[in-house]
Amino acid sequence: MSLLAIGIALAKAVIVFVCLLLCVAYSTWLERKVLGHMQVRCGPLRVGWYGLLQPIADGIKLFFKEDIVVSGANKFLYILSPMIVMIAACASIAVVPFGDYIDVFGQKIYLRVADVDIGVLYIFALSSLSVYGITLAGWSSNSKYALLGGLRASAQMISYELATGLSIIGVLMHAGSLRPTDIVAGQDIWYIVKQPIGFLIFVICAFAECNRSPFDLPEAENELVPGFHVEYSSMKFALFFMAEYAHMIVVSALAATLFLGGWRGPVLPGIVWFMLKVFAMMFFFIWIRATYPRFRYDQLMKFGWKVLFPVALLNIVVTGIGMVIWG
Amino acid sequence: MGIETGTVMLSIIGPEVVLVLAALGIMMTDLFVKSDSEQPFLMWIGFVGMLGALAVSASFWGKEAAYGFYGMVVADNFSAFFTTLFLIAGGLTLLMSSGYVRAQGIAAGEYYTLTLFATTGMVLMAQSTDLIMLFLGLEVLSVSLYVLAGMAQDSTRSAESSLKYFMLGAFSTGFLLYGIALLYGACGSTRLADIGSVLAQKQILREPMLLAGMGLLLTGFGFKIAMAPFHRWAPDVYEGAPTPITGFMSVGVKAAAFAALLRVFAGSLAALSPHWKELLWIGSVLTMTIGNVAALRQTNIKRMLAYSSIAHAGYILIGVVAGGSAGTGAVLYYLLVYTLMNIGAFAVVITIEQKGEKNLNLSAYAGIGSRHLALGAAMAVFMFSLAGIPPFSGFMGKFYIFSAAVKEGYIGLTIIAVLNSLVSVYYYLRVTVMMFMQEPESGAEEAAVFFHPALAGVLLIAIFFTVQMGLFPSSYLQFAQDSIKMFL
Amino acid sequence: MEQQLFWLWGGIAVISAVMMILKRNPVHSALCLVVVFVSLALLYVLLGAEFLAAVQVIVYAGAIMVLFLFVIMLLNLETEVRSQGLSRVAFKACSLAGTGLLLLLLLGGGAVKALRAMAPEQVSGVPGNTQAVAELLFTKYLLPFEVTSILLLAAIVGALVLAGKRD
Repeated sequence: MSLLAIGIALAKAVIVFVCLLLCVAYSTWLERKVLGHMQVRCGPLRVGWYGLLQPIADGIKLFFKEDIVVSGANKFLYILSPMIVMIAACASIAVVPFGDYIDVFGQKIYLRVADVDIGVLYIFALSSLSVYGITLAGWSSNSKYALLGGLRASAQMISYELATGLSIIGVLMHAGSLRPTDIVAGQDIWYIVKQPIGFLIFVICAFAECNRSPFDLPEAENELVPGFHVEYSSMKFALFFMAEYAHMIVVSALAATLFLGGWRGPVLPGIVWFMLKVFAMMFFFIWIRATYPRFRYDQLMKFGWKVLFPVALLNIVVTGIGMVIWG
Repeated sequence: MGIETGTVMLSIIGPEVVLVLAALGIMMTDLFVKSDSEQPFLMWIGFVGMLGALAVSASFWGKEAAYGFYGMVVADNFSAFFTTLFLIAGGLTLLMSSGYVRAQGIAAGEYYTLTLFATTGMVLMAQSTDLIMLFLGLEVLSVSLYVLAGMAQDSTRSAESSLKYFMLGAFSTGFLLYGIALLYGACGSTRLADIGSVLAQKQILREPMLLAGMGLLLTGFGFKIAMAPFHRWAPDVYEGAPTPITGFMSVGVKAAAFAALLRVFAGSLAALSPHWKELLWIGSVLTMTIGNVAALRQTNIKRMLAYSSIAHAGYILIGVVAGGSAGTGAVLYYLLVYTLMNIGAFAVVITIEQKGEKNLNLSAYAGIGSRHLALGAAMAVFMFSLAGIPPFSGFMGKFYIFSAAVKEGYIGLTIIAVLNSLVSVYYYLRVTVMMFMQEPESGAEEAAVFFHPALAGVLLIAIFFTVQMGLFPSSYLQFAQDSIKMFL
Repeated sequence: MEQQLFWLWGGIAVISAVMMILKRNPVHSALCLVVVFVSLALLYVLLGAEFLAAVQVIVYAGAIMVLFLFVIMLLNLETEVRSQGLSRVAFKACSLAGTGLLLLLLLGGGAVKALRAMAPEQVSGVPGNTQAVAELLFTKYLLPFEVTSILLLAAIVGALVLAGKRD
């Protein structure tokens, strides 16, 4: 590996990471703005033009808040868990392709950090590790609300992980590969057309995996205060907060890659198409939050195991039969 | 053993396919079973499945060994013999269970399903020619039995039995798997035939990895056989499990583990025989002695039979140590004999046992012989046979094993075994004496006998073969001898 | 490079495995086991078996161990009370000595040499490790693959029976 290649790889990693953090910051703004307008309010307005500097102000505020470690907390795990959550969320973006390639001074630069053979599985592995962050945060805080939140989160994520995994198998069968770039390359027709049920299940599970409304039981404010991160303050809290949005962005990017044709699209450059699709998914996330009430816990479990799981399995069988019949 | 078998050949795993289909059939039918009285129907589905599997496996007999699934399984005389044995054990277990399951309030559908799955695992073990396949067969068998042992849900002993069996079984599986990994490391293959040929070419057989792998494998099998010092689980598990399952475990698991042991050790690891024979020699002596001595002190009939089954494992190990046509043949013959007589003994126990583990104490047997002459006589036959008293089949089994050992020069081992058999006569006869010569304690309520036609059938079959195999052993011995030609 | 990484991750795996036994807090033990699984996954990556690595993390670290943790937390297991027979220091010393002895035995016995000489079955090298795994699973290891499904079915039936409501 030449020095140049190493440099490019490093630069790509840094740029993508910084962009992701920026996107995270502004998705909080987006959420507040969109929610505001949906509820006939204005959302943030004061800091900067249309409140555009609000995320920065929030960040600075959180940074200077007192950093509290609760007495009786398991200090090591208490500090470790927000890190786990954040790292898992950010590292996932590494395998998502943003576009084809661009020419910079005659160098072909592919718009992805890494092109991994098992990219899709890699994202799943990381998201399954992020459960630890939440569960341990709940446990190590030595607080009953946090513990309940953590337990709910782990049960929920395990239950919905299965359906998520099964929902994308149809796509993988069409693409014949686990490599994100191959999957994008296979979408002359978006896979959402061939796999509407798969997409539906994937999106529902994505809501649950991100702990987003209507599946936000782990942090249900009116039952558990804010759930697993009730005892966290300052930047540790900020890490959880950012990780949640980073997770949303990753899931949106994954949905765009797997079902919406990735960066492919007419006229506009690939990276713009990709951004548009991710934005559409994010908007959808927020829209749903403004629309639906929260599930009850038993409803959530029943829905996951008795509806999504069998339907996802059935979808695989139907896809298989379809592929045999129509080649 | 040239194996070039890209073919899938479903027919080779025919018995397994039939058994699994029957198991699935039971699960499906169970959905429609409304009342208790329809439960026997489930049992008969399983029984028919067993018969079907028996027919399929019988068709393998006497033919050229056929490999299938890329050399994962084989259908040869050896596997046909053991499949037959497992299916006899399984079929009789099903018959024994029919009334018992109902009386004890056990979930019938799952019970029969798991029994069939367990049998499937045994057959797979006998047919496998690859360590991975062997391991999977063992796991299918074990997982089903862990659950079956705990199925009498009202009883804490049953739960204890299940838990103990599961914990220790999982632990021993770890040993087995680690042994397989080390053998793979040493030989570069999990296929038994390849391991055999690699070992045959090796100059030095003292490689630590190889020996460690062999030892770990032996530990894993030793646990399933209940070979001392890995026998400690057996009494508690046997005592707590539902009685038909105890019977099934004591014969089926043991036979399956011996089938695997023979295939792996006498077959592939034959080059290492000086090492493992030494270990098995010690194991055999320990197993018989501990089993017999401990059995003397038992007051619970199931515990006594558990220790007796440990002791019998010791006798059978002698045959493995002796090896050769005579020794291995005797092992197979003994396993067949032991299956029938032990299942018979357990059938009697079930007849006398009542709900809630009443009447499992030896004292409950007092006077039963004089009140129920046939039952007493049946128990006497089985006890005499287990003790190795002529003319019953147990005697012939021991005779063949001991004579093979003497022929191979294991005189010391034989003497210890004979002494052990003498010790064992005491506790077997004690049951008979109890039944015929003692009166029940005054005040004790008279033990009602739990009679069921299927159970009577099991008793008749077991008695018939226990006597017949004792009187006319030669054809059965021939059957056993024909099954082991591949090792010679 | 590969050699160093192997020793690094192998070392982490062994150390965390020992820690898992020595830790008195069950949650810590479970987490040590997670570390073992993850470092095993990294070893698989070194061997070029990425598929296996990802599955290892998803299944073991992601699903099974989370359930372990879940149960430990639900039961609110306190720090385990050790039997009085062996003092804590002695226990640690014994287990460390045992581990060391085992390692020495294996190393001294030339196991490492033999392991190096042994080339594993050629799985990697084919473009796309996933295809290679799939091909093996559906040809050579077809029967074990199918039998596993029976094993799982038996386990599911068993779990339902044992955990089901008692009437």
